[in-house]
Amino acid sequence: MCCRVKPYTLSAFLRLENWVAFALISSVTNVAPLLAPDLALDARGVARRFGARWVLRGANLQVRAGEMVGLLGHNGCGKSTFMRIIATLLKASAGDCFVYGSNVKTEGDDVRHHVGFFSHIPGLYDDLSARENLAFAATMLGFPTADIDAALERVGLTSVAHERVRGFSTGMQRRLSLARLILQRPRLLLLDEPYNNLDVAGIALMNGFIRELNAAGGAAIVVLHDLVPAQGVLDRTVIIRDGRVHMPSPADLARDGASPQAITLPVGAAGIS
Amino acid sequence: MAFRDDVRRIRAIVWKDLTTERRSKAGFNSVASLGVTMLVLFGLALGPDSVALKDAAAGALWLAVLFAGVLAFNRSYQVELDGGALEALLLYPGSRWAIFAGKLIANLIFVTLMLVIVVGVGIVLFQVVVPPTWPAIVGILLLGVLGIVSLGTFYAAMSSRSRAREVLLPLLLYPMLIPVLLASMIATKALLFGDLMNEVGAWVRMLSAFDVIFLVATFFAFEYVIEV
Repeated sequence: MCCRVKPYTLSAFLRLENWVAFALISSVTNVAPLLAPDLALDARGVARRFGARWVLRGANLQVRAGEMVGLLGHNGCGKSTFMRIIATLLKASAGDCFVYGSNVKTEGDDVRHHVGFFSHIPGLYDDLSARENLAFAATMLGFPTADIDAALERVGLTSVAHERVRGFSTGMQRRLSLARLILQRPRLLLLDEPYNNLDVAGIALMNGFIRELNAAGGAAIVVLHDLVPAQGVLDRTVIIRDGRVHMPSPADLARDGASPQAITLPVGAAGIS
Repeated sequence: MAFRDDVRRIRAIVWKDLTTERRSKAGFNSVASLGVTMLVLFGLALGPDSVALKDAAAGALWLAVLFAGVLAFNRSYQVELDGGALEALLLYPGSRWAIFAGKLIANLIFVTLMLVIVVGVGIVLFQVVVPPTWPAIVGILLLGVLGIVSLGTFYAAMSSRSRAREVLLPLLLYPMLIPVLLASMIATKALLFGDLMNEVGAWVRMLSAFDVIFLVATFFAFEYVIEV
């Protein structure tokens, strides 16, 4: 306990390990990216710190177009931070990240054309109806509003299309967020704990959408704590530990609370550090 | 084509902000009430002296607009933060300045509507006789509101990520708005009670210059303050 240092203090600034970590991460990330045309994501040495604490310490991950990757890790290990960096919502402290060849740091607008982010926060307007929320999203995305009714029908919200989102349950809000993704049809889908608050039908709906995207050649990264709902959807799983992306062992899966069935899922080796 | 896309996004943001505000009602009611309350309190503080009331009318009006406006600017981003919608807004492709322009136009409409109420109440409370130069006064009111809203919308975006945003926004905004407030107050007063020193033109030029500076600077800087 005596060695704990609060971020932003002088002692944190002077601690040698922070400077060593920074030097290591900087050296790792000074690697010219090798951009393969079929890579949906090419993350190289991505690091991010909050104050003096490094959450990511040089994460590498390559995801090919058409590949579905599960991302595991304990609470606070940096899964959501990694996803937010890919989605251009957060800037990396070091490292490079490319989405279909576009750099998330310098070509954010191009990246946002490809990426669809499903966060645990719904990102909806309470005082707009379900239909109006989708109409706003379609206008912002530049997609025709004619597809809204089909998207609402698909997520089972047609009967409440003209009701304000304020009265929706969390599950209904999640479904509406999914309808927004259905409208967008992104080439790289980032799903942060997508099965939370979804019933069995909602989970089937989510998996159906992921498979559909897969069939169309899109890629997905799915942050999970329990792998069971994603059975049959993922091509491989990776884990974030100590700020880096690793191949998970059965012991990792068990320690991180994944169900025993999860261990039977394919564990990928391609494209990880 | 890209510009046309941005114009479409600006229109969508304006529609969204005004629709949510119209439906929730809490925002406009509280902002307009604060503006009117400020005028009433100034009136009570100055007492029944009609000359003192008229002298202070322009200053009271602009301070009421400023304080009520801060509430409006904070609220315009609170709507985005409530359901994590700001994140979704930033995920849409397109220029960041389109988001700022949409918010700016929505806030301009919102504050102008509030201004109509505050001016109406101010005329009655401060016993102001509307002069024949009223179109020029309307012009100064609009120029002043443009300066306050452009900087207010910008600083509200900057402070929206902070937990102490309600405190941070006035601290950042008030000192920067001194030139706009000063020019607006003196020009309004001169037009209401006679421009003896023939100074309105100079103050209007100063007000216009600050409006242009604020607009250009905030449009360029918005991208850097809204991203983390």
